Amino acid sequence: MSEHAALLDEHEVAPHDGAVVLKAVDIAKTYGVTRALKGVNFDVRRGKVTVLFGENGAGKSTLMKILSGVEKPTAGQLILDGEPVNLESTNDAVARGISIIHQELNLAPNLSVRDNIFIGREIRTRTGAIDYGREKEITEQVMARLEETIPPSTLVQDLRVGQQQVVEIARALAADARILIMDEPTSALSATEVEVLFKVIHELTSHGVAIVYISHHLEEALEIADYAVVFRDGELVATEEAANIDLSWVVRQMVGREADYDFRDEPRDFGDVALSIQGVTVAEPETGRVVVNNVSLDVRQGEIVCLYGLMGAGRTELMEALAGRDKISGGRVLLGEQDVAELGIAERIANGMGLVPEDRQRDGLIQMMSVGKNMSLASLLSTVRNMFITRKAERENVDRQIKDVKVKTAGPDALITSLSGGNQQKVVIGKILLTDPKVMLLDEPTRGIDVGAKGEIFALLFREARKGLAVLYVTSEVGEAITASHRLIVMSKGRLIREFDPRTATRDDIMAASGEHDTHYEHDGTQEGAHQ
Amino acid sequence: MSTTTTTPAPPGARAAEEKKGLAGRFNLNTVLVEGRALIALIIIIAIFAVLSDNYLTAGNLTTITKQVAFNAIVALGMLLVILNGGIDLSVGSIVGFTAAVAGNLFRGVHIPGTDVTMFPSLWVIIVLSVAIGMLVGWVNGLLIARLNLAPFIVTLGMLYVARGLTEVLLNGQNITNELSGQEGLNNTGFFAVFASKPLGLPLAAWVMIVLAILFSIFLNRTPFGRWLYATGSNERAAQLSGVPVRSIKTQIYVLSALCAAIVGILQMANISSSTADLGTFYELNAIAAVVIGGAALSGGRGTVRGTIIGAFVIGFLANGLVIVGVSPFWQKVITGAVIILAVAVDQIQQILQRRRNAAKAVASAKAAAASRQSAERAAPRS
Repeated sequence: MSEHAALLDEHEVAPHDGAVVLKAVDIAKTYGVTRALKGVNFDVRRGKVTVLFGENGAGKSTLMKILSGVEKPTAGQLILDGEPVNLESTNDAVARGISIIHQELNLAPNLSVRDNIFIGREIRTRTGAIDYGREKEITEQVMARLEETIPPSTLVQDLRVGQQQVVEIARALAADARILIMDEPTSALSATEVEVLFKVIHELTSHGVAIVYISHHLEEALEIADYAVVFRDGELVATEEAANIDLSWVVRQMVGREADYDFRDEPRDFGDVALSIQGVTVAEPETGRVVVNNVSLDVRQGEIVCLYGLMGAGRTELMEALAGRDKISGGRVLLGEQDVAELGIAERIANGMGLVPEDRQRDGLIQMMSVGKNMSLASLLSTVRNMFITRKAERENVDRQIKDVKVKTAGPDALITSLSGGNQQKVVIGKILLTDPKVMLLDEPTRGIDVGAKGEIFALLFREARKGLAVLYVTSEVGEAITASHRLIVMSKGRLIREFDPRTATRDDIMAASGEHDTHYEHDGTQEGAHQ
Repeated sequence: MSTTTTTPAPPGARAAEEKKGLAGRFNLNTVLVEGRALIALIIIIAIFAVLSDNYLTAGNLTTITKQVAFNAIVALGMLLVILNGGIDLSVGSIVGFTAAVAGNLFRGVHIPGTDVTMFPSLWVIIVLSVAIGMLVGWVNGLLIARLNLAPFIVTLGMLYVARGLTEVLLNGQNITNELSGQEGLNNTGFFAVFASKPLGLPLAAWVMIVLAILFSIFLNRTPFGRWLYATGSNERAAQLSGVPVRSIKTQIYVLSALCAAIVGILQMANISSSTADLGTFYELNAIAAVVIGGAALSGGRGTVRGTIIGAFVIGFLANGLVIVGVSPFWQKVITGAVIILAVAVDQIQQILQRRRNAAKAVASAKAAAASRQSAERAAPRS
């Protein structure tokens, strides 16, 4: 039971002197051909909050997985308390005092708070039975330390999300965490719950716990940061004490040089309305909660419209409802003249509207199939003569499309999982293009893709737009929203908030409209420099 | 965050399928995996041929082929279901049920409240009983596809239901004499057709050959086949590509039941009787054949060729054990061990393949890091 003793003995807790407890040296991680981390050097300091900033795919989550033992680095070394370590597993990391709290909480809802806190490392009595009394005692002590009054016997499913997060933190503390990694901890919390969380974080740091914190809510994260670290394209581009920086610095570092692509000067001669969304409302099937609220929007032939918003703004739900995966509970979806709201996915594709989904692995790719078979999947019926697939026609389509969307592959027979993220995404886009669409929907089309491929993907979309394709895409990257759209609409909490012309819009206006900054945030003139 | 870079490939993405061509052309990896079953088959035949003079005789080979054919036909249906990531435990009961329905139709259908008993003609009996067998599969499919119930549970329940109905229909008595039919009732000729041996090969073997060819074309050349593989590998992605996943799911259980119903008729002709335990455990033999043939139980991977070889492995093994006089108890132990061995070898092969791939990735990353470092040393950053 000695492992729990430190928790109780306050004198064992290290001072918050800011000494480096964990050092990452030249950490690199490669997945197939994708270089997620390109040699990162990074310090975690005792009693300090280190905040990681960076856009999607910048490498933050990969580093967190390495620090917490989920993944092993391809190259480089972790140094814990001056000693090189190899973290063999998450359990190994926990045993060494490194715990991670994931964005999606890892709790068993059907078990009590106490059972969740000790899951996998139960305290035993001499007979080998679980020592519930002792577990309860420790749970209460930890909760008291966190200034929470959740009874140990409460079932986790009966707790609010904020409280569940506290249980996760309590679990880490009960395991004597010295380093606590928090991945987007506030994404599901209310404003009050965020305040409570921040209080807890201060409490922890004052007892010498090192916090590594990831958040998309920049200002919120800056509020509690002692050190700010910025990632971009798998590299650590800047480290600075939080006292010396402000929001504009963070944004500047995150985006770095302006992206290689800029499509703001694209021609704007649009045709008829291709997609007309009229008062669309979507409710979550399980809870009935309205996630898309009375959204109306027209997209014209040749026009690229960007929906900008944070996670949870209802963007993905809107896209999936438009594609036909989820039912809409109100409103009309007109494709040209035809209302497709009642049609299935296949019929909508046949009528000229297809979705490139957000989660490529889960929704976009058939992992067991080749590049070619993935490419032809949605348009297979067009190659059918007398019940059979005409191999020649299929092959021609695939070969042409691979060239057309510039997929870098060994050939159509290569396995889809052998491609990099950007090339996989080109295959998914090419698959929809083969169905000869009038409207293309894309949900976070550049997620997890390196910068070069991002530009190629937008170049492809603008090329198709010039031929008359109407494009509606969703992004949570402001830079992308500004440089790669004809029209930009901010979505927040299920509603369309405000429309911008990307040629005149500023990063701050857009972020403010989305609720990403507090609306009372006052920027100074230097903000403009972030993207100009 | 970054999906591509952090999501591991699903467990189903197997090395074996990795190099399978767009048009399913010849390649070494596929041959090795399926070849494993073929090699096992050759070894089995060689061992028993040495141990017993009666093994490789024309008479014995005919017997084996017939038994293999029954299992292989059921296994072909099972293959479709397994490709989809499902399982069909009800096929053995459907075999018995179809035979019981057919037997009762031979006896004649008594119209309640009258003195009339109708005797359907031979082909009406066959078509009707097969259709009723397929109906069972359709119910399976609807429950699984529309209500999203687990295939294991639904077909396990149907295993009991169909077997129970079989017993109800037979009411404790085998149907034997009526199967020959009567002149004048226009229902004779059952044995002449279904127990026949065209060109010396049992009809069941011909049916197996024809169905294997049809299924092979069906899986490789039609959109339905492609869609089936796609749904088995990633149903959500297939659905978003416009693949009618629900209708596919329903149809494969109907097709699986069709295969079982055909076997029901053939088996009834083979043993000249409709009995309550006909087809018992056929589902397990069929699953074993599919799995030995290199299919992934998680779906998306498997071939007709492999399945047929798998059925032959089981058939030749079982027959050989009988011929050399191994006790029935040990026969079961050995058969079970072969099934586990087949799957274990498959798994080990894939683990090795993954290790090789990982080692390659690490080596190339290290090389890249080293070249970068030397470049940096040459031109140090200020």
